[in-house]
Order: sequence, then structure tokens, then C-alpha cells
Amino acid sequence: MERRWLVYPYHIWMLLFTVVPLALIFYFAFTVKGTYAFTLENIQQAASPVYLKVLWHSVWLAAVSTFACFIIGYPMAMILATCRVKYRNMLVVITIIPMWMNFLLRTYAWMTLLEKKGLINTVLSFFNIAPLQLLYTDGAVLLGMVYNFLPFMILPIYSVLMKMDRSLLEAAGDLGADAWTSFRRVTFPLSLPGVYAGMLMVFMPAVTTFVISRLLGGGQYMLIGNVIEQQFLAIGDWNFGSALSVFMMILIIISMALLSRYNKNGNGGMLL
Amino acid sequence: MQDQCIINLVNLTKQFEDHTVLDKINLSIRRNEFLTLLGPSGCGKTTTLRIIAGFEQATSGQVLFDGEDISKMPPYKRRVNTVFQKHALFPHMNVFENIAFGLTIKKTPKDEMRRRVEEMLKLVNLEGFGERAVESLSGGQQQRVAIARALVNEPEVLLLDEPLSALDLKLRKGMQVELKRIQQRVGSTFIYVTHDQEEALTMSDTIVVMNGGRIQQIGRPEDIYNEPKNPFVADFIGESNILPGRMVRDELVEFAGREFVCVDRGIGEDLPVDIVVRPEDIVLVSPEQGMLTGVVREVTFKGVHYEMVIDTADGFSWLAQSTAMTPAGQEVGINIGPNEIHVMLRSDDVRGAV
Repeated sequence: MERRWLVYPYHIWMLLFTVVPLALIFYFAFTVKGTYAFTLENIQQAASPVYLKVLWHSVWLAAVSTFACFIIGYPMAMILATCRVKYRNMLVVITIIPMWMNFLLRTYAWMTLLEKKGLINTVLSFFNIAPLQLLYTDGAVLLGMVYNFLPFMILPIYSVLMKMDRSLLEAAGDLGADAWTSFRRVTFPLSLPGVYAGMLMVFMPAVTTFVISRLLGGGQYMLIGNVIEQQFLAIGDWNFGSALSVFMMILIIISMALLSRYNKNGNGGMLL
Repeated sequence: MQDQCIINLVNLTKQFEDHTVLDKINLSIRRNEFLTLLGPSGCGKTTTLRIIAGFEQATSGQVLFDGEDISKMPPYKRRVNTVFQKHALFPHMNVFENIAFGLTIKKTPKDEMRRRVEEMLKLVNLEGFGERAVESLSGGQQQRVAIARALVNEPEVLLLDEPLSALDLKLRKGMQVELKRIQQRVGSTFIYVTHDQEEALTMSDTIVVMNGGRIQQIGRPEDIYNEPKNPFVADFIGESNILPGRMVRDELVEFAGREFVCVDRGIGEDLPVDIVVRPEDIVLVSPEQGMLTGVVREVTFKGVHYEMVIDTADGFSWLAQSTAMTPAGQEVGINIGPNEIHVMLRSDDVRGAV
């Protein structure tokens, strides 16, 4: 009890870097530029069809990339969790090594691969296939998201699978379940907390990214992250930028709440 | 004999890398018996069970089920069910769903499933627990759910891997009686693995004592206790005084520096043997009346009796039990009746395993 002061640094941290910035964003979102006057105009503008369309496109792309990460990441997590200890550490390192490289560098690397005269089109030209428009498409942005965020899907699923009691699978087999039934009825339901955590960890950065869409989608490509960035850095309208952020934040909270309702164990909301 | 047996293990051998866990195990398990694999940890008893269940593959040898070789059959096709040491209940299902798991997979009709699960809950004294989450149950209750989950499938053989080891003593005793009752009720074959000799003696029809990947002795609990075949069994089942001796001729054996009359015949003449005397079979008398004399070194109160360590002149320390206490430092006489002297031919092979 006397050690309560030990938590003060945490409180101070939270105050300085979470509560204050959040309060500022709300402050800007609900005031007229350059004054202290309260207004709903920024929020109304953020909810206008132009921006809703951008937001919908962002959410859609993020959802698709989250799903793609799940489809690719789950089997990879399974392989990691079930392979021999000898190979496991090596595979885990291989999985996370890309994360040690600079995020921008990785994305630039994809640019050079996907370019008109990039590696992929060069290879295709050997087979007399006309160069494809790969860069600056939805596909390129999706690829960038999946590539960059895949480890965030694999790792939580992997850690849940690792912690799962092996004897549960033996029990399922013992009770007559073949490999697929064991997976469907035991492994998968028990790994759902990891799946939810992974989905949050991929969806969040994917829906707010502006770097991937800028580099792989091109200068005209607009996701909600780009719009917000533009408001702050190019146009200098902090109030509208904040309004967009608040609008998006509320939307994300609602969708996450919906997602965690499907998680009976209540662990999926652990990142909320 | 063959047709009475439900499971035959033939030359079962299991090696993990260069370590031999099971060394040519041959065992016939009769239908409807309660058979216990007993031995210290690492003796291969759990491996044997896991091979019968199908979780492990034997390196060589066969598992015959009703005469059919099932060595390569995956677990889900075998007509056996297992009760796991740590229960292995599915945490995302309630008690009912756990017990119904096997029936669900076999696509049993809903009403039959409900009836059979309810029946099982009744059998393990957990009526009305169906909707409870498994984490909300105590260790003993979880264990009973695990037993019900296995038994509801009406397996011909139920495998139990130290199912009571996580329970406290009192609960364990209760469950021992209950398990025996359940086995008699459902009338299927139980193969039980334990390192607890008392548990084995309490429940089993047949005990298989294992050590070092080999079967040391197979027999009824009374036979195993009263007529241990070698020093390992004698030492593992109950406490024993084991000392080297020499078979002089039929019904006469020499140990602890003098000759004793015994009941063993046909072992041979002038052969090195091992002598086993149970501590409760030693009669303590006054020094003048004793066949051997010694000095009490230690006395421990054990509840029903006292346990004493007695040093004799030949340097052996005897363990003796008596309801009467002899204080430490006092000289006593030791008498051993002919029936209480168990003579075993010395086999270096077995000694090495001890």
C-alpha cells in the first residue's frame, strides 16, 4: 500500500501522452479555427459524402487486408506452434525479421519491385508479357498492408496456440475427432482470443495508414489517413483534421465493440 | 486364454532416440478386469498406456485389440477412451458439452445424447452440473467430468493416466472407491496407470509392476504384496527389509549371520539369494528370546504403529513395525517366522534395475 507512488510515473505518462493529446484533438474538433468558439461544423463536414466515401474505402481496404492477414497468418501461426522446437525459434525470427527493418524502406522496396520497369515487369517481359500496371493500384496498397502488418496477426495467434494444452488435442482425438474435427471444435475456438487480438492489431494501423497508401497508391490516392495528414500538414486546418480523427475514432470504437461482442470469452477486447 | 483377452501387447518396444523406454513388453489384458500398471516415474507405464491409446507409436511390436493389430490405427478410430492426468477438459465448453463431445462427433440424436449425458452425470454424482463452466468446478469434480466424458462413449477399454494424482489424500481415497464402483457398474476393462502402490492395491484385479521399461511381476494385489518376485517389487510395494543371503538347502536359508527355517523349496542348494522380510512381520521380543539381537536406533510414531530402525551386529539396519514402543538405545530381540521369509533367487539383471 505504501508503494502507491510507484504507479505515479505511469499516471503521468498516461496524462501527458494519452489524455492531453486526446483532449486537444477533441478541443480542436469542436471549435472554430483560431477561436475558442464551440461548433459542430467540423464534424458535420467530416460526415459529408466525400469524406464518408474515403472513410468507407479505407475501412474496406483495412478489412480486406485484415482478412487476408488472417487467411495467411493463421496457417503460419499453426506451423510455428506445431513445428519442432529446433526449427521453431528460427521460423519465429524469420517471421519478425522484416519488422526490424525500417518500415519506409520495406515499402520503398515494394515500389521498386512493382514499378513499370521494376523487377516483376522485367521478369514478365522475358515471357513477352506486356508490362502490367502494378504500382498505384488498390492491389498494391493491399499488398503493402498485408506485407507490413502480417506479423501482428501471426504473433498473437501463435502465442495463444503455443499456450494451448496439447492434451486437449489428444483428448479430442481420443473421443473420436479426426484432425479436421479437432481443429474445428477445439483448436480454432480456443485460438479465437489470439485471432481477435491479431485482427485488432492489423486493422488499426491498416485503417489509419497514410504512408503505404501514399507510396504504393500514388499521390492522388486518398485513404482517410491521407486526408487527415493533408489537413494537418498541407492545408493547416487542424480543426477539420481533428474532426476527421474524432469521427474515425468513434467509428473504430463502434466496430471493435461489435467485434468483441462475438468473442464470448471476453478476451478479444483486451486491446480496447 | 486368447479369446478372453481384449488387449494383447506383443514384444512392445519403444525407443526415444537412443533411450529404450519399453523393452519387449508382453502383456495380456483380460476383458472386464481392472488392471493397474504400477511403477516409479520413467518406468514406461504411461508410454504403454499412450501406445494403447494411439498417441504414441511403438518402435516395434504389436498392440492387438480383440486379436486385430491396431498398432497403426489413429486414436480416433480406436475403441478405447482415456482419462487424462490433468483432466484435459475443453475450457470453452460447459460440463454437458464436454461430456457430449464424443457423442456429438458420432452424430448421436439430440434426445439420446441428453439421456446418456444425464446418466453419466448421475453415475459420477454430478447431477445438475451440466450447465456449469468447467473452471468453476473443483479438482475432484473436474476429474469426475473427465471420467464421464470418456465413459459416455461406452468404450470397451478405459485408460486412466494417474487420474487422481492431482487430488488431495482424502479426495483421492474417496475417488479410488468410486472408480472401483464405476468399473463394476459399467463392467468395462479399466487400465490404470499409477505410481502409488496403495492405490494399485486398493483398486486392481491385476497389478503389473514395471521398472526400467520391463514388466517385473504380474499378479493379484495379494500375490504381489505377499510373494514379490524380486527385490524391486518387494521394495516398491510396501516397505521391506531386503538383504543378501544364501540358500543352504530346501527350507533352510542363511542370512544376517545365522540360519533360518523357511518354507521355500526347489530353489537349489548353496545359492546366493535375496531375502525379503516385511517390517510388520518382524516380531520384537526380549534380547534372550530373539533369533537376532540388535539396538533400536530410531523410533517414529506412524499413527497405527511405531516404526523402528534396529541395528544388528552384522551391520544391517532392520525396519520393524510394532504397536508397542521400544525406546531408542534399548537392546531387542528379533524373531522372524518361516512363513515371513521371502526368498528370491538373485538376478543381477533385476538388481541392476533397482
